[in-house]
Formats: sequence, C-alpha cells, structure tokens
Amino acid sequence: MSSTESATMSASAPAAKGRVLVQIRDLAKNYRRGAETVHVFEGVNLDIHEGEYLALMGPSGSGKSTLLNILAGLDKPDRGKVVVDGKDVTAMNSRQLAAWRSTHIGFIFQFYNLLPVLTAAQNVELPLLLTNLGKKQRREHVMHALDVVGLSDRTEHFPKQLSGGQQQRVGIARAIVSDPTIILGDEPTGDLDSVSGDEILTLLERLNREFKKTILLVTHDAHAAERAQAIMRMDKGVLSR
Amino acid sequence: MTTTGLVWANLRRNKKRTILTMLSVMVAFFLFGVLRSVITTLDAATEVGSEGRLISSSASGITFLLPEAHANRLAAVDGVSSVSWANWFGAYYRDPNDFFAQFAIKADTYIPMYPEIVITAGSMDDFMRERNAAIVGVGLLRKFGWQVGQKVTLTGTFAAGDWDFNIRAAYDPPDPAFGDELMFFHYEYFWEGTNRQVTPGWFVMTLEEPDRAAEVASTIDAMFKSSVAPTKTQTEKAFNAGFVTMWGNIGFLVSAIGTAVFFAILFVSANTMMMAVRERIGEIAVLKTVGFGDRLIFGLVLAESMLISVLGGALGLFLARGAFAGRNALNAFFPGFGVTGGTIALGLAMALALGVVSGAVPAFQSARLSVASALRQVG
Repeated sequence: MSSTESATMSASAPAAKGRVLVQIRDLAKNYRRGAETVHVFEGVNLDIHEGEYLALMGPSGSGKSTLLNILAGLDKPDRGKVVVDGKDVTAMNSRQLAAWRSTHIGFIFQFYNLLPVLTAAQNVELPLLLTNLGKKQRREHVMHALDVVGLSDRTEHFPKQLSGGQQQRVGIARAIVSDPTIILGDEPTGDLDSVSGDEILTLLERLNREFKKTILLVTHDAHAAERAQAIMRMDKGVLSR
Repeated sequence: MTTTGLVWANLRRNKKRTILTMLSVMVAFFLFGVLRSVITTLDAATEVGSEGRLISSSASGITFLLPEAHANRLAAVDGVSSVSWANWFGAYYRDPNDFFAQFAIKADTYIPMYPEIVITAGSMDDFMRERNAAIVGVGLLRKFGWQVGQKVTLTGTFAAGDWDFNIRAAYDPPDPAFGDELMFFHYEYFWEGTNRQVTPGWFVMTLEEPDRAAEVASTIDAMFKSSVAPTKTQTEKAFNAGFVTMWGNIGFLVSAIGTAVFFAILFVSANTMMMAVRERIGEIAVLKTVGFGDRLIFGLVLAESMLISVLGGALGLFLARGAFAGRNALNAFFPGFGVTGGTIALGLAMALALGVVSGAVPAFQSARLSVASALRQVG
C-alpha cells in the first residue's frame, strides 16, 4: 500500500488504542544531491496512540531515520505536518523546537552517544540542566532513571568504564529522565551483541508496559521489531504494515 | 553538574591540548606584558624632568661637547638663576654588558639643582670633599653588592682606562622614574683623567620664572647661533623625551611585534577551538537532541574559548608582573620598569577579545549545526 494512496495508518489493534499522541499528515521529504532531487518519502500519514510500542523496519536509505528525525524535530519536512500531543512540530522555529524536545522527546541512539567526559549520572542529568529543577531534585531524577535501567551502582563511572550494553542503558536513562511524551529509538540494539541487545529490548518493553511510555523504535532487526506491539515497514519512502 | 561544569569537563577532555594552548596564550601575554611595559616606562620617562630646568646641549647633537666658557655667558642671561653642567661617562663595572649610567657633574652647582638626589647613606660633605668620590643610587648598591665607603674601579670606554671611585654617599629618589641605578661623580676628576681634553656635555640651568622657559631658551640659542658651538636649549622634560626618541620609534616597533604575536596566537587559539569542536560534532548533535538550544551551544563553545584565553592571558600577565616586580634586570635601561595595573587590565581585555574572536567561528558553526546531518556523520 502506497503511503500516498493510504488513509491514515494506525499501528495497533483498535481495542488497544489510547488517544492519538502523534499525527503525521501528508509528510514529504526530499534531498538535493547535486542537480538531482532524491525523494525520501512522499505523502506519509501515520497515527501513533498513547502507550503504543511501535517498531519501524526498513532497509538502509528507506527513510525511516529521516522520519524519526522529523518526528523529533531534528529535521524539517518539505511538506506535511507532524502534531505531537496537540502541538504542530513542523510549525516551530529552532528555538521552540529545542525547548519542546527537552520535555517531549527521549532519543536513544544506535551508538549510545554519551559524552565521554561526563560520568553516567552527569550524562543522564544533561536534559535536566535545561529545567528549573534544583541540584537535589535533579539528582533524585537521575538516580531514579539509573535505577530503572539497573545502573544505580554505576553512577560515577565514565562511559569508557562501561560495557556497550551498560552505555546504552545510560542512554536510555538519559532518554527517560525528563519523562518525555515519546521515546524514539534509532537502532538502539544495532551496535550490541545479542545478549546485551536482548536486555535493552526487555528494558524498552518494561518502559512501555510498566511506565506506559510511548515508543517508536527504528530497526533493521526483525527479532527486535517482533518485541514491539506492532511493526510498520518503510521501503523506498512507502510506509506499510 | 551545571552548564559551567560542562564547559570545564570539555576543557579536561584533551588535557594536553588545553594546557599547550593555554601555555601558548600565556607566553604571548607574558610577552605582551613586557613589551607594553617598555612603552609605558618610556612614556613615563618622557614625563621625568623639570619644566623649571633648562638643558643646553650642542645643536649638532648630544655627542658633541660644548666649551666650558659658555657657562659664564649662560649665567648672565636674563631669567637664569644658576648654571651647572654634566657629561656622559659610559664606563662599566667588570662586565661590559652590565650597563648602568654614570654622569660627571659640576657637583657644587649641580647637586643643589636636583632635589631628587636624596642622600640616604653616607654624606654629601664627604662626597664634596673628595676628588674621586661618587654618589650612587641604592639600586646600584644592591645590584653590585657595593657599600658606602667602598672603592670601586670602573673601566672606561671612550675615556679609556681604569677609573677608581670611592663611594661616599647613596641616594634613593622619591620618584622611581628618576632611576636609582645612576652614579654621579666630580666633573673635575673626569676632566683631569682625560688630560683636560673633555668639556661639558650639556649645561643645566634653573630659572627664576619657569613660565619663561621658552623665551629664555630662545634667547640662549640665539646668543650662540653664530658661535663655534651653537646650542639647542629645551626644558629638561623635553630633553629627556628626546633621549627616549633616540631609541627610535620603539613604540611602533613594540606595537608591531605585539600585534604580530596577538594575531599568531589568535590563529593558534582559533585552530584549537575549531579542532576541538570538529572532533565532537556528534556530542554537540546529542546536546541539541536533548534540547540544548542554538544560543546555549554557542555560549558553551564561546565560554570554553574565553576560559582558555583569559586563564592563559592572566597567567602570562601576572607572571610578567611578578618577574618584573620591584628591582629587575631592565631597571638599568628603563628606570622604574614594571608591569602596571593598566597593562594588566588592557591585557585581560585583549585576552577576553582573543577568546571571543577565536571562539566565535566554531561557536557559530556549532550553533548552526544540523543535527540530522551531524548524526549521519557520526553514525
């Protein structure tokens, strides 16, 4: 089913639906490569409901990461609209987007992207530096987030002193510390061995089940995608179930 | 942790590079502090000297001597209250490179003209009684470990040979710019020691009315205009300023060197910041992803650059101040030489400017960084 032809695509079974948290409408993105225009996707529509755990699969270059970046307000579409929790992300300027991201988006990267000069606790604390929380409150939030990911005994370790799986768990703690509206994962298990990857997927499942977090996971890995409630596929800019 | 803590953490990222950059800034500002102090000391030197004393030297230049007979004619000029004279001696003590200034003076008339020569050890009477007696500055006593009463031998240059002096008094000037590493001795000793070949190098006159300095100077120069030894007469202050200009356009030279050093260090510093930012594009992208705005990112990078510059600059400036505090090696050439508070303040302002200029481009690039493309590069 072509995304341009489709009606609004919903990820999960009607019985499980909460309110619509994310609305993507008629989204289009192109790149210029020299004189050539590369169409990443065209007319993408998607609804994500509150509390959903959705996987988005697709080959490299299919546009899934671009979709994720636009949803996070890190990239701008050429056309269309993304509404998250009632706010039109595509209408915001860069300043508004930065402030919005700090409270609404938790981003998990493939390569963890921790700051090597900061300890695990300091890395997790980063999004909270933008809030009005005091030092003690920030510390409490950080400790809670690290406790959720099972790393409360590694708070003062630097990234190089942690395994890949542990680093990714710190990355997840950083993504959840500000209690964001939605968690976006860009291949979060892509750089991990199967055991560590499995631990991360279990943790994401727990965040969804226990803490009711809405999660959109971009992955190549079918095994990782199967752990989500629903799987969407994107190929050559076309979104399908 | 705070955003300031984040700046410090980034500075510690590559300690070796941060320290080396800071050291190069420190050396540059040490140099700036010293060079700038040469200018301020020379400027201060032009202020030394009385407007109420006139100096008559040869119109052909300070190295040309004047006939002693000029003294009587000068004393007769309307407005002149007293006349004396002096000569440059140019000897050295043991080491020819260890420079200090010595003046042969017509002591009985010269000393009363100079209240700056405040005797603090020995006595003026002892000095006046003895042909080869000398008055030396307290700085010289300290420099060479001399004592009042000691006999010292200087080696002459243009007045060749060994010259023995007995130190009979020491002075300590109220104004450091006058210099406390000078030596004064009797003109008569110099005159006899040169087989009576030498004549006065310049005449000093006190005036009845300092306001008439220009008029009296013109009268004197007009009086000797057609003589075998025409004069150039000016206030002592102008005469000293003329000495300073004998160094050439040292202000320009020093400024040129300072500017070159500033720009060299600007490029070093800017390059370091560019490298520092380039190698953590991914981290900047992460900061933006978690919500750090463009302005905050700009501020973080700029603060890093400014910290390196200001810390390095402050270290260099205070090191220069410490190195040239009180008595120092440059006092003989530049009496009162020292790094002033004004130089420190100017240096700190320049260090701040250096930080802003060298950090502005990488800070701007960081602020404008496209997160999506940066993450693609990292990935």
